[in-house]
Amino acid sequence: METSNQYLKFLDSLLAKPSIGAIGKTGLWRTFKPIYYRDKCIRCLLCWLYCPENAIDVNEDKTIAIDYDYCKGCGICASICPKKAIEMIVESE
Amino acid sequence: MMAVEGISPKTYRKVLIGNHAVAEAVKLARAQVIAAYPITPQTLIVEKLAEMVEKGELNAKFIRIDSEHSALAAVLGAVAAGARAFTATSSHGLLYMYEVVWWAANARLPMVMTIVTRSIAPPWNIHSDHNDLLTMRDSGWIISMAESVQEAFDLTLQGFKISEDERVLLPFVVGLDAFQLSHTAEVVDIPNQKIVDEWLPPRNPYIPYVLEPGQNFAVGNIGPNEYTMELRWYMYDAMKRAKEVIKEVDRDYAKIGGRSYGGLVERYKTSDAKYIVVTMGAWSGDAKEAVDELRDEGIPVGLLRLRFIRPFPIEELRELAFGAKAFLVVDRAMSMGYWGILGIEISAAIKEITQIRNIIAGLGGVDVSVDDFYNLFKKNIEKIECGEIREVISIEWYMPWLKK
Repeated sequence: METSNQYLKFLDSLLAKPSIGAIGKTGLWRTFKPIYYRDKCIRCLLCWLYCPENAIDVNEDKTIAIDYDYCKGCGICASICPKKAIEMIVESE
Repeated sequence: MMAVEGISPKTYRKVLIGNHAVAEAVKLARAQVIAAYPITPQTLIVEKLAEMVEKGELNAKFIRIDSEHSALAAVLGAVAAGARAFTATSSHGLLYMYEVVWWAANARLPMVMTIVTRSIAPPWNIHSDHNDLLTMRDSGWIISMAESVQEAFDLTLQGFKISEDERVLLPFVVGLDAFQLSHTAEVVDIPNQKIVDEWLPPRNPYIPYVLEPGQNFAVGNIGPNEYTMELRWYMYDAMKRAKEVIKEVDRDYAKIGGRSYGGLVERYKTSDAKYIVVTMGAWSGDAKEAVDELRDEGIPVGLLRLRFIRPFPIEELRELAFGAKAFLVVDRAMSMGYWGILGIEISAAIKEITQIRNIIAGLGGVDVSVDDFYNLFKKNIEKIECGEIREVISIEWYMPWLKK
């Protein structure tokens, strides 16, 4: 929130605008990594709906792509998937 | 009064109790959202506002809500969405609301709240002292206190103007004493709606910010610690400017209300006074009568009434302190383990200049009459004159019923 009004300068510290990667690649925090099995996926998009980090992108054919730069590996997508089309594996070095 | 075609009087008069006068001011300010939970002695304010909304006299959303915490949260949300909003509470209601009190100020949202001051339990007590209002002292609200029903009305209208001023953008609270003002009827001069509309136009919803579809931002999201400290500095800076804005609005209000109170303080017979009595709230009127009686006896005493406790009128106090022999600070609020709250505030401003006698009185709504004030002031002035009281600051609890 950039403002030229001297009395409203406080908005810069009070209001937060969404931006990608403001504190770096949070995907580095991951211990478990979600693996997507396209052939099991029924395109219900529950994973996309439930992902708390907005790290699941939807392709044109309603399959998904996981953004590993920002996925922290919480496992909610794997847990919510009705077809076990996402599996959590231990992140390798 | 005869109605003259095409001419409407600028003001009209009504006999109103303090609570209904506040409701009248909120109506004239065209508040758009009112969220409230009832508590004695405040209930009559929001009851009257609910009636006004129901009758169609006030075009506002009235939210009957589950608690005071939710009431102020709803007001906060309404203001963040661009509305002019109002709530009122007392004592335990304020304490239950307390978390959101700080949220409202730190989020820089302009609004007006009325606190009808009431003692805090135990024991249960619905009568006035000022400890509830003064819990808001450090929160970033502009804190005012009325002496009369008229002033409670005036401060409520002025509150919206001061709070919404882009130089200020801090929430505004008006205090009035339980029953002595809240349930006591006075003749009140009321400016007509047209004049108020010109003086107080609708709020600009974009200042300081508005939550609306298409605007992607969060208010007060977690961030670097430095942001918190910077925001506090901005509030400190806004409070400094608020002093001037309060004085400006006070002067400007004379155009529509015909009254001006003199800014952050009211000075009563202080110009040649050696002894300055300091009071806040409704009993100031009784204290002024006692001052008059002492003046008749030739005792050079005057009264300084605090209309605002935040921002604090430090300059006004110091200016008077240089000519004074002692200040008698009458407190209706106590900070346990220290002095009365006004005693602490005022001693920080003037203790190197003059002597301070802090009198604790009227807690729990105990009545303090003109005679009580007269005796208190006279006795203390005599003791200071003869050197019996020498300390820079000393404290006295006034409980005359124990001494018989």
